[in-house]
Amino acid sequence: MPRIPLMNILWARAFCRKCNTAGRGLCTYRKIFMNCIVFLIAIPCVAAFFLLFLRCSILRGAIVFFTSFLVCCASIFLLVTQFNREISYFDFVLPGISSAMTVIKVALAAYIFFIGIKHKNFVISGLIALQVILFLSFEYTHGHALVVAHNLFIDKFSVIMVMIVGIIGSLIAVFSLGYMRDFHEQYHKEIKDNRGLFFFLIFVFLSAMFGIVCSNNLLWVYFFWEITTVCSFLLIRYKQTDESVRNALFALKMNLFGGVAFIAAIWLLYQSTGTIELDKLILHGGGIALLPVVLLGFAGLTKSAQMPFSSWLTGAMVAPTPVSALLHSSTMVNAGVYLILRFAGVFQVRLAGFMLGIIGGVTFLIASFIAITQSDAKKVLAYSTIANLGLVVLCGGIGTYEAVWAGILLIIFHAIAKGLLFLCVGIIEHKIHSRDIEDMSGLIITMPKISIMLQLGMAGMFLAPFGMLISKWAVLKALVDFNPVLAVFIVFGGTATLFFWVKWMGRLLIVSGEPRDLEKNISLTEWIPLSGLALLTLGICALFPVVSSTMIEPYVREIYGVSIAMSRGNIVIMSIMLGLVMLFPLSFINYGKNVKVVDAYLGGANATPGTSFFGPGGKMTAMETRNYYLTDYLNEKRLLEFGAVLCLVLIAFMFIVSYW
Amino acid sequence: MNLLIIIISYIVCAPFIGGLLAGIDRKITARMQARVGPPVLQPFFDVMKLLLKENLVVRRSQNFYIWFYLFFIIFTGVLFFTGEDLLLSIFALTLAEIFFVLGAYKTSSPYSFLGAQRELFQIMAYEPMILLSIIGMYMVTGSFYIFDIVRFHKPLVFFLPGLCAGVVYILAIKFRKSPFDLSMSHHAHQELVRGITTEFSGRTLAMIEVAHWYEYTVILGFVYLFFAANPGVGILSVLVVFFLQILIDNVFARVKWQLTIQSSWLVALTAGLGNLIVLYFVRK
Repeated sequence: MPRIPLMNILWARAFCRKCNTAGRGLCTYRKIFMNCIVFLIAIPCVAAFFLLFLRCSILRGAIVFFTSFLVCCASIFLLVTQFNREISYFDFVLPGISSAMTVIKVALAAYIFFIGIKHKNFVISGLIALQVILFLSFEYTHGHALVVAHNLFIDKFSVIMVMIVGIIGSLIAVFSLGYMRDFHEQYHKEIKDNRGLFFFLIFVFLSAMFGIVCSNNLLWVYFFWEITTVCSFLLIRYKQTDESVRNALFALKMNLFGGVAFIAAIWLLYQSTGTIELDKLILHGGGIALLPVVLLGFAGLTKSAQMPFSSWLTGAMVAPTPVSALLHSSTMVNAGVYLILRFAGVFQVRLAGFMLGIIGGVTFLIASFIAITQSDAKKVLAYSTIANLGLVVLCGGIGTYEAVWAGILLIIFHAIAKGLLFLCVGIIEHKIHSRDIEDMSGLIITMPKISIMLQLGMAGMFLAPFGMLISKWAVLKALVDFNPVLAVFIVFGGTATLFFWVKWMGRLLIVSGEPRDLEKNISLTEWIPLSGLALLTLGICALFPVVSSTMIEPYVREIYGVSIAMSRGNIVIMSIMLGLVMLFPLSFINYGKNVKVVDAYLGGANATPGTSFFGPGGKMTAMETRNYYLTDYLNEKRLLEFGAVLCLVLIAFMFIVSYW
Repeated sequence: MNLLIIIISYIVCAPFIGGLLAGIDRKITARMQARVGPPVLQPFFDVMKLLLKENLVVRRSQNFYIWFYLFFIIFTGVLFFTGEDLLLSIFALTLAEIFFVLGAYKTSSPYSFLGAQRELFQIMAYEPMILLSIIGMYMVTGSFYIFDIVRFHKPLVFFLPGLCAGVVYILAIKFRKSPFDLSMSHHAHQELVRGITTEFSGRTLAMIEVAHWYEYTVILGFVYLFFAANPGVGILSVLVVFFLQILIDNVFARVKWQLTIQSSWLVALTAGLGNLIVLYFVRK
């Protein structure tokens, strides 16, 4: 391959178009893309094996840093070079790669089978056995006749996903360095230090995610899909306590259901269309058989923790916080909605797609209400993740071009803000030894920077003019244009969202207790990802029109021929609002000027300033406030059961109407 | 240029209209209770007096939130009266409300805390209804822009009677009037003292008052949208609705927050959503 200076690559779009039309195979520039993708999949994997066997923490830090840096750079490089280009397909053939995949797949399956036997969880063993049988018999009967023209591809949607996985994922990996050190050396000495395995899994996970979003061959997607299942199982189990083993097994079981559906879908797709290539299937659009696509949608539901499978994600909270951050924001759950959005065009105007959308809507509504009842910060975040993914599923199920546009926006904004929120909560948990929201009062004094970042993340989740509100606006518009009655999900679920975020935000602002500085011992490897994500949360709101017009709209136009954008007037208004909100810190110039500080009114004579008072009979009474959790009206368990039953019925209907 | 004139005249005139309405409200209320009542301009005198008072705070940064509350209420009003996107202006209104609530949290006082929580309940109670009516307006007129909604040739209330009734129902919540004056009582001698505004005083309290005046204009403007085809009828209906609110305020005692949310959601689900469903099938 000839050497090409970087600038030439950036300027070379015109050249590339030419050789695309000439159809002369791969030109140099496309080779670069392909190498870039292969690089993204391979590099974390290679680094992972180094990390597995390394005991030296300095060297480990260096490798994590360096790999994350490389991954970040490669993702950005891909963005820049893919900018303004059409979809590129690559026929990536490496001798023996498919047999290697088969061997790894079978080895992993044997491992899972063994795990199932060991923990007497025979459903797991049964599911994996079923998968392997389906997989091997597919290979045996069709493997030799299978022609796959392009194993890898890259389009705008893949690039967006690569950016999310690459940047947020590697920031979380860097964060884990400092966090896991504190975790083992300070806070959880009882847990066996197995950081080599931890970082190994994190990087394999990232590699598998790149694989999922860049593979055109569904068998490859399936291969990477199963790797994420196994990795998430091992990461959730990391603490090796009874609870974490139990929850990890549960997560594994739920995801294996999806795996079975996936391989069954591949089989059926091949039988009905004769291909397992993503691009060709999507081109078929409404023409392909619905049942396999619905099976893929089902697999997406399990991966994205939609009801009735949602409990695995809340159970996964036992893992160290960076794992939760990784599962919730940039990897795992995004794989499910990615697949659903990919096939959105097939779901469009089909009853089965409508059912899928309703499952998402119900999940959004119920998970939002459950989040009100939770005082455990990580649980609140988990339910909010489930809810927001429900919204994406709703978009994918409807499948109109507006809905897909809104869905992709949701994924982007959600990933960034959720990553930030989890990392903040992780730090707070270490410093105040609690993750109960009610214990977080006074954080604005004791951990000002973290608390501001946390508030920024929350604002990003529900408040105008920040990210998620823009996307909720988009979803609302998409729903109303499709069927206004569906808007009821977002209208009621949205108010619940508002309630639980604001009461948490308010709790952070309340000042009580002694001012101490808890932020001293936070290391640089934790500050960098935190501030990076905080800046991204803000930056993506400002840059959202650009992201929409250069990435999302072209993708939607490619699939549907039409696209939607936020009108210019509204973008201007949003930007003005963003600017105004940004002025808020300026008001602190006026801090304490022209005001006289007095004690709060406590309904009696104050004993100590603002914290206790002389109540009836002269008794000194301490003042205490606690948010509403509405547990008398909303019962987590009952709501979950209700949601599970409702969604199971909907899933059954979805299969019935798709078979019809 | 034209736009600038509208914006400036709104910012200048709205508080006078809002304050005047508040004064009329107090006068009519007094007459209903067989009192003479204060002069119509009393709200302005109150605010001027507040401006001269000492500014007492519990937390030094609590007033900043109120600045932004006022700021974004005005912003909402400007969006609304320049005919911009209705959804966006309601989102801006919510943002303003959140600043108000966060300011109350910031004061770290139990009564403000209670008021803030109840204010959140009130937002939860009225927001679905407002959003559903916006959706209804979009279904009829095909646009989210207030500019287009106002220009629609027929009164929207013909198509959206259920939504209109629902909005009238939740109006008392938005005005923080009895029976839904949960978050801040107008008389500071009850269980929640002064609720959300307990720890605000002087200039800041005056700002809250002025913000409420601006809010009045936006909410009544929202009601006007249902009758906008005929401006005369529109203004008359808004005044009737306003009078109705005063009447309800004087007839009912405060209810609990549970009833507030339950009843308003019930109204939203029956009258509001029912209206949308009927409209959807008729259109189809």
